[in-house]
Amino acid sequence: MCIRFLLLFSRQGKLRLQKWFTAISEREKKKIIRDMTTMVLARQPRTCNFLHWKDLKIIYKRYASLYFCLAIENQENELIALEVIHRYVELLDKYFGNVCELDIIFNFEKAYFILDEFLIGGEIQETSKQIVNRAIEASDMLQETMEEYMSKPAF
Amino acid sequence: MPAVSKGDGMRGLAVFISDIRNCKSKEAEIKRINKELANIRSKFKGDKALDGYSKKKYVCKLLFIFLLGHDIDFGHMEAVNLLSSNKYTEKQIGYLFISVLVNSNSELIRLINNAIKNDLSSRNPTFMCLALHCIANVGSREMAEAFASEIPRILVAGDTMDSVKQSAALCLLRLYKTSPDLVLMGEWTSRVVHLLNDQHMGVVTAAISLITCLSQKNPDEFKTCVSLAVSRLSRIVSSASTDLQDYTYYFVPAPWLSCKLLRLLQCYPPPEDGAVKGRLVECLETILNKAQEPPKSKKVQHSNAKNAILFEAISLIIHYDSEPNLLVRACNQLGQFLQHRETNLRYLALESMCTLASSEFSHEAVKTHIETVINALKTERDVSVRQRAADLLYAMCDRSNAKQIVAEMLSYLETADYSIREEMVLKVAILAEKYAVDYSWYVDTILNLIRIAGDYVSEEVWYRVIQIVINRDDVQGYAAKTVFEALQAPACHENMVKVGGYILGEFGNLIAGDPRSSPLVQFNLLHSKFHLCSVPTRALLLSAYIKFINLFPETKATIQEVLRCDSQIRNSDVELQQRAVEYLKLSSIASTDVLATVLEEMPPFPERESSILAKLKKKKGPGAVSVPELDDKREGGELNGGAPPISSTPSPSADLLGIRSAAPIGATPTSTGSLLVDVFSEAGPAAPSAAVNDDGFLSSAPPSEDPDTLLSEADELLNKFVCKNNGVLFENQLLQIGIKSEYRQNLGRMYLFYGNKTSVQFASFTTTVSCPGELQSHILSTKPVEPLVEGGAQIQQVLNIECLTDFSEAPLLNIKFRYGGALQNLSLKLPVTINKFFQPTEMTSHDFFQRWKQLSQPQQEAQKIFKANHGMDTEVLKAKLLGLGTALLDDVDPNPENYVCAGVIQTKGQQVGCLLRLEPNGQAQMYRLTLRCSKDSVSMRLCELLAQQF
Repeated sequence: MCIRFLLLFSRQGKLRLQKWFTAISEREKKKIIRDMTTMVLARQPRTCNFLHWKDLKIIYKRYASLYFCLAIENQENELIALEVIHRYVELLDKYFGNVCELDIIFNFEKAYFILDEFLIGGEIQETSKQIVNRAIEASDMLQETMEEYMSKPAF
Repeated sequence: MPAVSKGDGMRGLAVFISDIRNCKSKEAEIKRINKELANIRSKFKGDKALDGYSKKKYVCKLLFIFLLGHDIDFGHMEAVNLLSSNKYTEKQIGYLFISVLVNSNSELIRLINNAIKNDLSSRNPTFMCLALHCIANVGSREMAEAFASEIPRILVAGDTMDSVKQSAALCLLRLYKTSPDLVLMGEWTSRVVHLLNDQHMGVVTAAISLITCLSQKNPDEFKTCVSLAVSRLSRIVSSASTDLQDYTYYFVPAPWLSCKLLRLLQCYPPPEDGAVKGRLVECLETILNKAQEPPKSKKVQHSNAKNAILFEAISLIIHYDSEPNLLVRACNQLGQFLQHRETNLRYLALESMCTLASSEFSHEAVKTHIETVINALKTERDVSVRQRAADLLYAMCDRSNAKQIVAEMLSYLETADYSIREEMVLKVAILAEKYAVDYSWYVDTILNLIRIAGDYVSEEVWYRVIQIVINRDDVQGYAAKTVFEALQAPACHENMVKVGGYILGEFGNLIAGDPRSSPLVQFNLLHSKFHLCSVPTRALLLSAYIKFINLFPETKATIQEVLRCDSQIRNSDVELQQRAVEYLKLSSIASTDVLATVLEEMPPFPERESSILAKLKKKKGPGAVSVPELDDKREGGELNGGAPPISSTPSPSADLLGIRSAAPIGATPTSTGSLLVDVFSEAGPAAPSAAVNDDGFLSSAPPSEDPDTLLSEADELLNKFVCKNNGVLFENQLLQIGIKSEYRQNLGRMYLFYGNKTSVQFASFTTTVSCPGELQSHILSTKPVEPLVEGGAQIQQVLNIECLTDFSEAPLLNIKFRYGGALQNLSLKLPVTINKFFQPTEMTSHDFFQRWKQLSQPQQEAQKIFKANHGMDTEVLKAKLLGLGTALLDDVDPNPENYVCAGVIQTKGQQVGCLLRLEPNGQAQMYRLTLRCSKDSVSMRLCELLAQQF
C-alpha cells in the first residue's frame, strides 16, 4: 500500500493522531501537519476525496468532527486507500463502541495499538475486522487480569 | 474522571488530559504542562524506585505531551526500562514511546535492540509482534544491522504463528526499504514466494507487499510469483461474495488482496505461459464484467472496493499494453465514469485515462471523449477534478486536435484557479510548440498566453518563443507583424514588451516597408512602454534600440537623443546607465560596417531540450511529462517499418520541442536581409511563406513510405540547398542532420552534424556516401563516424568533395543505426549540385552580350518559362542569385527589371562558362529563365535546378 503517514485532526485543525511510516524530522513533520490541515480544511463540501501534494496522493475523509488524512505514494490506488481509512474507523468503532473524537483523545495509546494491528510500516497487515479485534481484545485481557493496577493511586 | 477511558484506565493520565482540555489559553496549557513535566522529572529522579505502573503512567503522559507538540528531553531511559518488563501493558507503552519518539542516541538504541532481541526469542507471539512492530516503526539502520538476518528466519520458520508471520513480513519490508544492502537474498526468498499460496488470507495480504517490493528490485529471482498470483487472483475473483467470510468487504471478496495481486503482476510483462495468460485475461474480463453488474449494496464502501479493483485491473491492462480488446473496454468503462455522479470516480477516470491516452491501441478511443473532458474543465466545481481534466486534455492532445485543445485551455486560463495557472501556461506552451502545424499559429498562441496570463508566463516560455522565431526564418516576418499589433494594445503585459522588443529589434525591418509600421512608428511604440517597465525589460529595450540604429539608420538621431537624455545616461541603475552610455558611443563612433557586424542578426540558438519541458518536469516530477514521451515511442514505432519520411524542415511530424526540434546547426542566418512583409496584409499566416526559405511548412507531405514520394521530396530537399550551403538537411523524431559546406574551385568540404534527439544511445551508427550513375562528382574522403551516438549528443563528419566533371545526380547518403533495438535505415540526397562549383565572373555589358552571342548553338541554350512559386521581391531574388554562386551583373541588361549573371563552373577536367538571364513579369507572376553554357548538359541541369528556386 505504501502509506507514508496518517493524520487525524479536528475541524478546528487540532491534531488528534499522527502516524509516520518513514523517517521524517520533527521539523518536517510539523510543516506537513500544517500543510495538510490547511489544505484539507479549505476543501469545499462534496468535492472529491483526493488531492495531489508534492509527489504524494492525499486521501482524506471526514467522519463527524474528525478528518482522517492519508498520504500514499503516487502509483497507489486511491479508492482502496479510502477504504483503509474506513476500515480503521470501523476498527475504532468496534473497540470503543460508537467512537467519537473524545475516545481518541483520552485513549490515544489505544488508537495507536489498533493501528499497529492493522497497518505496519505503511502496509496492511490484516484486513479482517474480526482478527484485528480479537488481537486487541486479547491484549486488553492481558491488562485487565492485572488487578494490582486497579488499586493504584491516580498520582 | 471522564467515562471514555477504557481498558485498564490510567486514571492519572485521564485527569491530566482533562486538565489540558480545560485550559482556557495557550499560556495556561503551557503552565499546566510545565507543572506536570516538573512532577514527572522529580518522580524519575526521586530516591524511591518507581513501580512499573507509575513508570508506565508517566511515560504515557510524556508521550501525550510530546504529541501535543512539545519537546521532550527526558524519560527515554524509563521507557527503555519498560521494554524489559514482563508485564504486557508496560512493555506495550514502552514500545509505543520508543516508536513515536525514537532518538538517535546510540547508547539507547543498543539497549532497545537488546530488549527487542529478548522479545524476539521469547517464543511468546504477543511479545514477538510488539518487538516486530517496533522495528517496523523505527526502521533505523542500526536495527536493520541487528535484525535483518533474524527476521527472514522467523518469517519462513514452520512453527511461526500466522500473526507473527504477518508482522515479520512487513517488518522485513520496512528494513529492505531503508537498508536494502543489509537484507540478503537467500534460501528464504523462494519460500516467501510460496506464502502466496498460504491458507491464511491475512498472511497472503502481508506477504504480498514484501514480495511486490522484492520483485521490483529482483524480478528474475521472483518470477515464479506470477503464476501463483494469477491463480490466487482467479480464485478470489470467481468466489462468491460470502466465500471469504471476514475477508469479504461490503460484498466484495478480498478487495485489498485483489488490488495487491494486480499490482504485483504489474512488475512483470504479460505471462508467457499461454494457460496462465488465458486465466489472467479471464480474470480481467470478469472484473470488467462485474463493473456492469448492478451493485450488491448501496453503500459507498461497496462501490469503492469494487472500483478499486477495477482501476487496478485497468492499470494492469495499460501496463501490458498488448490487449487491444481489453484496452478499449477499459476506455469505455472509464468513459462511463467520466459522467458518473460520484466526484471521486470522475476524478479517477480522468486520471486513469491519462495513461490510456499514451497507448496506441486506446489513444483514439480516449480522444472520442474530448467533449466530455472539455466540459469537465469548464463545469467541474472541484479544482482538483478540473486539474485532472486539464492533464487529460494535455495527454490526449495530438496533431488532429491540438488547435481545439489549445484553444480550450487558453479560454480556461482566463478563469483558471491561481494554483494551477502556471502549470497550465507551461502545458499550453508545450502543446503549441509540439503540435505547431504552422508557426504563425504557434506565435499567436504564445502571444495569447502572454495576454491572458502574462503573470504566469515564466521566462522559459518567452525565451522559447524567441528562440523559435530566431531559428525559423519563415515565421520572422509574421512574428514581427503580430507583436507589433499586440503592442498597440493600451495596456500590455511586460512580458509582451520583452518579446516585442526583442523581435522588433531583430526583425523589425521585415515590416518596415509599410508606412503604418515604419521604423519610427515601431520605435515610438516600443518607447511608449519603456517607462512602465522594470529594469531588466528596460535593458532589453535599450538593446533593441541600438539594433534599430543598425537596421534603420534613419532612426539614429531620434534614438541617440533618447539615449543621451539624463534619465538614461545618468540612470541610477548601473546596468541601464552602462548600456545607454555604451550604445550611444557605439552608434556615434562605429562605422556602418562595424555596427552591422556588432549588431548582426542573432545566430540560431543551439538546439537543446525545450526549457519549458524541463521546467514542467521539475515542477511535476519526471512522471508528469511521461505522456508526451510515450507518444514519441508510438510515433517512433511507425518509423521502424521503413525509411522515415524525408521532408523539408519542419515536417508536420517534426515538432518544435527542443528534444525533437529542428534548427540549423551552426548555420548562419540566411539572407532574409530586407525582406518585406506587409504588416497589414490580409494574407496573415501565409505571409511568411514569401520568405526566402521555402520550407514546405504548410505544404509538406504527410509521412509516407511510398518510395516515389520519398524521392520527389528528396528532390525538394535538394532544391532547398541550391542557393544556400548551410542548414538542416533532415530531421525526424530521432535524428537531426545539419550541414555546413564550403566550396572553392572544384573542391568542396561538407560538414555533417548528426544530432541524436532522443535520450537513448544510437548504436552501430554508420554512414556511407555513394555517387549513383556515372561517377561525376567524387567524394574524396569520408572518415567513418563513431559507432555510438549518445542520447542528446551530436557527432560531426567531414566530407571532402572534388568535382571531376559536370554531373546531374546528387550523391546519396545512407545512414544506419540501431535505436532501442530497431534498425533505422535512411537514405538522403546530399545537396551537392553543379552550381556549387561556380566561380563568379564579373564582366561588362559589352563582354556579356558578346559571349552570349558566341554560345548560340541551340543545344547550348536551355530555357524555361514558369510561374513564380514565391514572392517576386527584388532583394530576395538577388540574394538567391548570389547564393547560386554566380556574379550578379548590374547595368548589363537593357531592361533594369531583368537579372543577368555570369560564372564559370570548375570541374577537374574542364571549365564551363555559364551565362544566365532571368526575366520576371510581375503582372503575370511569371519568369523566363535562359541559360547558355559552353557545355550543353550543364545548361540543362542548371535550368532544371533554378526553375524550382523562384
